[in-house]
Amino acid sequence: MIMTTLLKVEKITKKFGDFYANDQISFEVNKSEVLAILGENGAGKTTLMNILFGHYTPDAGNVNFEGNAIEFGNTNNAIKLGIGMVHQHFTLAENLTVLENIIIGRQSIFSLSLPKRQARVKILELSKKFGLPINPDELVANLSVSEKQRIEILKTLFLDCKLLILDEPTAALTPQETDALFSTIRNMIETGLSVILISHKLNEILAVSDRIIVLRNGSSVGEIDTHSADREKIAEMIVGKKIDYPQKKKIPRKSKVLSLVDVSYDKTDAPNLSKVNLDLYGGQILGIAGVAGNGQTTLAKILSGHFKPTQGKIVFNEAKSVHTSPKSFMDLGVAYIPEDRNSDGIVGDMEIWENAIMTEMDDPYLRNSLGIINKKTSFDRSENLCETYDVRMQSIRQRSRLLSGGNVQKLLLGRWLMRKPKIIIACQPTRGLDEGAIASIQNLLLKAQQNGSAIILISEDLDELLTMSDDISVMYKGMLSDPTETSSTDKLSIGLRMAGDGFL
Amino acid sequence: MIKFRLEERAKSPYWLIILSPFIAILVAIILAGILIVLAGANPFESYYQLIIGAFGSKNSFAETLARATPIILTGLAASIAFRAKFWNIGAEGQLYFGALATTLFGTGLVVLPSILMIPFLFIMGALAGGLLLLPLVLLKLYYKVDEVVTTLLLNFVVVLLVSYLLEGPWKDPMSLGWPQGKSVIDEGVLPQILSKTRLHLGFIISIFFAFSVWFILSKTVIGYRIKSVGLNAAAASHAGVPIFKTVLIVALLSGGMAGMAGVTETAGLKGYLTLDLSPGFGYAGIAVAMLANLNPIGVIFSGVFLASIYVGADAMSRAMNVPTYLADVIVALTVLCILLSLVFVHYKILFFGVKKND
Amino acid sequence: MIEFIEIIFTAGFWAATIRIACPLILATIGEVLCERAGVLNLGIEGIMSIGAMVGWMTVFLGADLYTGILAALIIGGLFGLLHAIFTVYLGASQHVTGIGITMLASSLGFFCFKLILPASTTPPKIKPFQPIDIPFLSELPFLGPAFFQHTPFTYLAILVVIFAFWLMNSTPLGLSIKMAGENPMALEAQGIDVFLVRTIAVVLGSALMAVGGAYLTLSAFDAFYFGMINGRGWIAIALVIFASWKPERALLGALLFAGLDAYQVRAQQLAGAVIPYQFFLMLPFLLSIVAMVIAAKRTRYPKALLIPFRRGERH
Repeated sequence: MIMTTLLKVEKITKKFGDFYANDQISFEVNKSEVLAILGENGAGKTTLMNILFGHYTPDAGNVNFEGNAIEFGNTNNAIKLGIGMVHQHFTLAENLTVLENIIIGRQSIFSLSLPKRQARVKILELSKKFGLPINPDELVANLSVSEKQRIEILKTLFLDCKLLILDEPTAALTPQETDALFSTIRNMIETGLSVILISHKLNEILAVSDRIIVLRNGSSVGEIDTHSADREKIAEMIVGKKIDYPQKKKIPRKSKVLSLVDVSYDKTDAPNLSKVNLDLYGGQILGIAGVAGNGQTTLAKILSGHFKPTQGKIVFNEAKSVHTSPKSFMDLGVAYIPEDRNSDGIVGDMEIWENAIMTEMDDPYLRNSLGIINKKTSFDRSENLCETYDVRMQSIRQRSRLLSGGNVQKLLLGRWLMRKPKIIIACQPTRGLDEGAIASIQNLLLKAQQNGSAIILISEDLDELLTMSDDISVMYKGMLSDPTETSSTDKLSIGLRMAGDGFL
Repeated sequence: MIKFRLEERAKSPYWLIILSPFIAILVAIILAGILIVLAGANPFESYYQLIIGAFGSKNSFAETLARATPIILTGLAASIAFRAKFWNIGAEGQLYFGALATTLFGTGLVVLPSILMIPFLFIMGALAGGLLLLPLVLLKLYYKVDEVVTTLLLNFVVVLLVSYLLEGPWKDPMSLGWPQGKSVIDEGVLPQILSKTRLHLGFIISIFFAFSVWFILSKTVIGYRIKSVGLNAAAASHAGVPIFKTVLIVALLSGGMAGMAGVTETAGLKGYLTLDLSPGFGYAGIAVAMLANLNPIGVIFSGVFLASIYVGADAMSRAMNVPTYLADVIVALTVLCILLSLVFVHYKILFFGVKKND
Repeated sequence: MIEFIEIIFTAGFWAATIRIACPLILATIGEVLCERAGVLNLGIEGIMSIGAMVGWMTVFLGADLYTGILAALIIGGLFGLLHAIFTVYLGASQHVTGIGITMLASSLGFFCFKLILPASTTPPKIKPFQPIDIPFLSELPFLGPAFFQHTPFTYLAILVVIFAFWLMNSTPLGLSIKMAGENPMALEAQGIDVFLVRTIAVVLGSALMAVGGAYLTLSAFDAFYFGMINGRGWIAIALVIFASWKPERALLGALLFAGLDAYQVRAQQLAGAVIPYQFFLMLPFLLSIVAMVIAAKRTRYPKALLIPFRRGERH
């Protein structure tokens, strides 16, 4: 097979202030090839792709596509040349149809007609050719995550793309859906397309790519042929140093702290739950796997007192009956870490100390009986928290939005841990963090477990679930499976359950 | 083609934060000056007349402060609400409702010695304003009904109610056919604090409330909760902040302030309720709050400033033949200029040219 | 008693319904365009006010009626542009910008009116659009006087509904506007300028609002007086939600609302002695609040409404 160079990237550099997001990165992509770009969160992968696709302008370097230099900062130009990108967070309008989402942008906004009929024909053709079944008139809001991803891919194919960039495509897919995606990719390669695959998941990269480029801290640290790849070596290249991986110790199970009995939720404002039963014991880490949108968030909100079940009940070990409110659940010892720390966890515009004390407004140490806040004790408490939980900041009076993701999470987790919670509901606690922060958070959770806390760990990262949990249940269409001991299950079986296997 | 991008500043320079409201006011005044020129008058002389009209004599100064009284209170109403991102545009209606309460309780139904009567009227007025807003708040909390439109629409309803009452059952028989309410009894009237002027106790009371609100918002738990709900209600809720209770308190405080503005006008300035009691004080409160960047102490100054524009413009219009609506134009321009200045304080504008392909 | 029901069967009632509906139709569709693109335009009341003033003044100063409409269109577009600069390009608060624009547009309108006509105790009049008889159809019994003897401005308003429907459903611009209000990132990812699309929507929408105001001075009545808009702009905002942001539903909502208003006026004449007129006048506002409560339950807001789009900000 003759290797023809499709894309040539030379010494691309991009700075944000003093921080080098990309530092003199060079590589090539050939026709009919899958190139993987591997690296931790924050290594510079997405920045690089955004430069290729025209969202950012680099400070130095050039890029050639099919021999011609590309114009930076011009998405239209990139699309015209044949570069297509499927972002990590989908760019779809939920309230519009599949067809409308695909044809957007094809015509100038000043033209007078919308060629829906021709578009429909082309879409159905492409759908058949690449094995991506869809219904053009369906509202996007009604589609599953993997179906939405198909639409995103079809969008690029509709625009006759020659080079497809996929940014973290498997983040929200079951193992089976991931396999389906990879065979789609192989289909596309055979028709002459090239694919750049961005990921931090080494195993998947090894399964589907031809070559791998490893990025670390903005620089390219190596290029490897997948066939001759050495797993350990690559892992070291990604991380660059030894990481203190959490060591899980088995601890004896304590008494039951919480039960959900036939809990259902059928309102329209969130995915429904259907007869969920759950028992939680002190010192236990119960992992909950499942594709996003199957009810995990609803479950978390019920467990933390934000939602009231429409049927069934929650039984806390000590309490007789409980009023459903976040505050009363907090008083019973429940801690809730929401999955989007930036929009739902931290108040970015408040100062660090203000976020640190938010859960403690009943504490007479911090406020007097008239309701006046004692700033001195509040500052002390916050300094204490930041030190204990290694929250790196310049001052507790700085704006919270300036903290890095890992430090935000440590702050949010820390303020709960200071209360010695009996139950911790952690939703995607390590999503989007770099390896060092991931290890810190996982260590903190394990320490809490050793101190007797019960933890419900909701995560889309199967490796994390397998490492951290004692037992794993799977959430599917609002139903929760009985827990299986982690030692007696594996990724494949969990994956099958995530796709519905074993549910009625 | 020149493109530009807004980049958030990590830290805004202090001089910019302090100077920006003044620069905004200056720009507004200059723009309004153009209108004065179009009206055929000399802008410098006109503004001079405006300043004289507002502060030039003991009488005009007192008039300015008297005019500031209700808009400081409605300004507080807007500040409190907007901080929690609760868009209470209904201050006008809440003001009139407070005035209705004053007329109901203060014209003879209840008689107490002054020292008790006056606080009593204020409490009734505050309750009236707060209770008027309450159902709309509940609609927002439980049914997600947008409060901007509902509070606005209710203003019209309340004014019509006042019209009906003043032309009908509450019409003062002694008013010679003119639709106005019965006079507030002597014990309830807010005493004059500057002789031979219309300046009454209400002004002192409004300052008192401004300081109280400042204290509550910056030093207490409830103020801290209001701030958190306004900045990120989801995060606040996840940290145990009681959202319903907090928004409820915001609404009662906000409506209450506006209701009390009705008390000051009815029991202080005029002594009785009329249909034209408020020429838009409720809406002016929004401008007052914006100008003060939602700061309760700042509301005192921006309230006096705006009052001086209204009072001064009356005098100016008589002297220079410029339509009095100029005051409203200046206020509107000020609101927009302040918005602009807020953008500049928080964001840097970066221009960059995009080269065309040769 | 029966007279109250008979009201609905008079041609006059239906003709009045359509007349009352027109400014609401125009204003509501104007706001639909803005909100569909993701921008709440609270300047509507002021823009209608200055549109009414400018349209009337243009005719008063000698131009013909259609030029009056054009003048209103242009002034509305200009205020729309101002709104867009603040909210779309600079990302300022849509709530406060809208209120500022309402204050500016109405006060500027009153100021200019007072400037040109300083000493008017009774507002002067112009010759407004006269009703025209549509050939054949206007001679039908009942239907004729009810629907086919309106002014050209009225028929223009109906045409605007058709235009808006076509725009939103069959043109790339319409689709871009919808996308801008649902997921502007998606629009940008396709290489379309989100700011431009939103600005076009706001400018066009505001122009329509001003024309809605001009209907009052050029067709429904013949003079301009302060406070004549009387909350119609705010009612339109409620109607937008009631109409689920669709032009065809806006027509329906406006007609329903206008029908109730037309009914209320006639019922007042029958019952005026017993129930004070103020309560009849309250009805439109109370009904709007009720409409909002009903609509709030089943509502699908454009997802990006009220959220300023900042270029270059990735998740």
